[in-house]
Amino acid sequence: MAKKIDETQVRKVAKLARLQLDDAEVAQFSTDLSSIVEYIEKLNELDTDSVEPLAHCLPVHNVFRDDVVKPSLTVEQVLANAPQRADDFFKVPKILDDNSGA
Amino acid sequence: MSIQDYSAKQLRDAIASGAVTSVAATAAIFQQIDKLQPSVGAYITTFKDRALASAGEVDRKIAAGEPVGPLAGVPIAIKDNMCTDFGPTTCASKVLESFSAPYNAHVVEQLTAADAVIVGKANMDEFAMGSSTENSGLQKTVNPWDATRVPGGSSGGSAAAVAAKMCYGALGSDTGGSIRQPAGFCGVVGLKPTYGRVSRYGLVAFGSSLDQIGPMTADVTDAALMLNVIAGHDERDSTSLGPDIAPACDYLADIDKPVEGLKIAVATRFNALADEQVQAAIAQALDVYTKLGAEIVEVDMPHFDYAVAAYYVIATAEASSNLARYDGVHYGHRTEKPNDYVEVYSKSREEAFGQEVKRRIMLGTYALSSGYYDAYYLKALKVRNLIRGDFTSVFEKADCIVMPVSPTTAFKIGEKTADPLQMYVADIYTIAANLAGIPGISIPAGFDNDNLPIGLQILTPAFTEAKLLRIAKMLENQTNHHKKHPE
Repeated sequence: MAKKIDETQVRKVAKLARLQLDDAEVAQFSTDLSSIVEYIEKLNELDTDSVEPLAHCLPVHNVFRDDVVKPSLTVEQVLANAPQRADDFFKVPKILDDNSGA
Repeated sequence: MSIQDYSAKQLRDAIASGAVTSVAATAAIFQQIDKLQPSVGAYITTFKDRALASAGEVDRKIAAGEPVGPLAGVPIAIKDNMCTDFGPTTCASKVLESFSAPYNAHVVEQLTAADAVIVGKANMDEFAMGSSTENSGLQKTVNPWDATRVPGGSSGGSAAAVAAKMCYGALGSDTGGSIRQPAGFCGVVGLKPTYGRVSRYGLVAFGSSLDQIGPMTADVTDAALMLNVIAGHDERDSTSLGPDIAPACDYLADIDKPVEGLKIAVATRFNALADEQVQAAIAQALDVYTKLGAEIVEVDMPHFDYAVAAYYVIATAEASSNLARYDGVHYGHRTEKPNDYVEVYSKSREEAFGQEVKRRIMLGTYALSSGYYDAYYLKALKVRNLIRGDFTSVFEKADCIVMPVSPTTAFKIGEKTADPLQMYVADIYTIAANLAGIPGISIPAGFDNDNLPIGLQILTPAFTEAKLLRIAKMLENQTNHHKKHPE
């Protein structure tokens, strides 16, 4: 039987989720996600046409505060867990090609 | 009675009266930790020196006649997904193995203000995703009642620490049962407060519309004592509710006052999904309530059968979004040699997340992806509304609903790891409360033939924790299950 979520779909979702899965994981997740999604489809037994979606249960909606400046973390605190830093910056690999013209 | 057998409240009172010192109690806890940590594995990190120093400071204040807080000198454990500005905050993940939070979670501030002594950070399923603590990326925790069995999860370390008396109380977090189920498996009390009752500031997010912090304790009174300390408005969490909706309350004040004319709802069809021994324990507890004058009201929860399906869409969708922050850029694990900037994200995440976390990120990403959003995510939110409606109808007829915490007692280590869906489906009794945002408590209700604890769950309407605790206390007063401890 064809799987509900085949390996091509798993690879597409993994790309969206920024997970560089190996081949064994792709196969495993195709199996796992297929059986979980099949189970989840039991939701379709319910007629929900006239039901509002409920994103959260609180009787509050927008919560505003005054726009005032308050103390925040210091640069040293913020950078303390950085995998790599250069001076007061987070260091990451180059994002643009050398010849991108940017 | 030895100091080890004190409840948190008894210890608090003994310290306040000068009968024992916090230093002695804290030293005794660390003796127990030294003895049991190698076999039980409840903690990821302990803070012996810091804890003894805090204890000494409480003893000094008391000797000097200075005012102290409601948990003065009491050794408490914290689940390792709550930020502390001392020691690591790992979420039991290789992603955060060497992460040190720059600030304290609101609940940590509250414990500190209450003069509690923070003993350590407890093990858990990675990012709170799991029902057995087997998904911890850092270490193994076993059930103190039977070392071949899981402690439950995701707050398995907190539950095991309380059961094995490696602390006098602990904080857990509950997204789909992660306080109540391990409490049930380990024979302790676990309270998930109403969503919005306790600030989530500094709780590492899993499912933001579902997560809630709560106490795990030796008895119901201690749960009330700890809720008093951690509940309340905090403007840093916009979902933490103010006094207009959730007025402050002293949960200890009327804890011993039985609820007059108590009506208990029971959904027999639903309870019948549990093992026979679990069902028998629930029936026995209902007999106790009936003898106390309670009336049992049979109810139906027509949409409960869909709770697990709706939950695993909503929780994973929220998780896939929340966990996008672990990108290897600002903190957490970064891959050694990325070929390009995309690999900073994709290889870092691949290397450090465990299988269950990846599985949930994948499921959530799928449910939110183009073409599937309406079919899965939106559909699940609508079913969530129906499930909340089931509770509304039940609470029109009764004060509370009583059911098992889990279909079984603690299962064997490795028993369910091969089939994730089987693990998910076992969350059937706990998940609905998170979807509806209502409070729930797990309390000891007996033991099965293998001498494993059986948990009973009570759920009440939003913002009625005081009543929930009183209902739980009525049963506890008539039973001795909570006084039995693992050898």
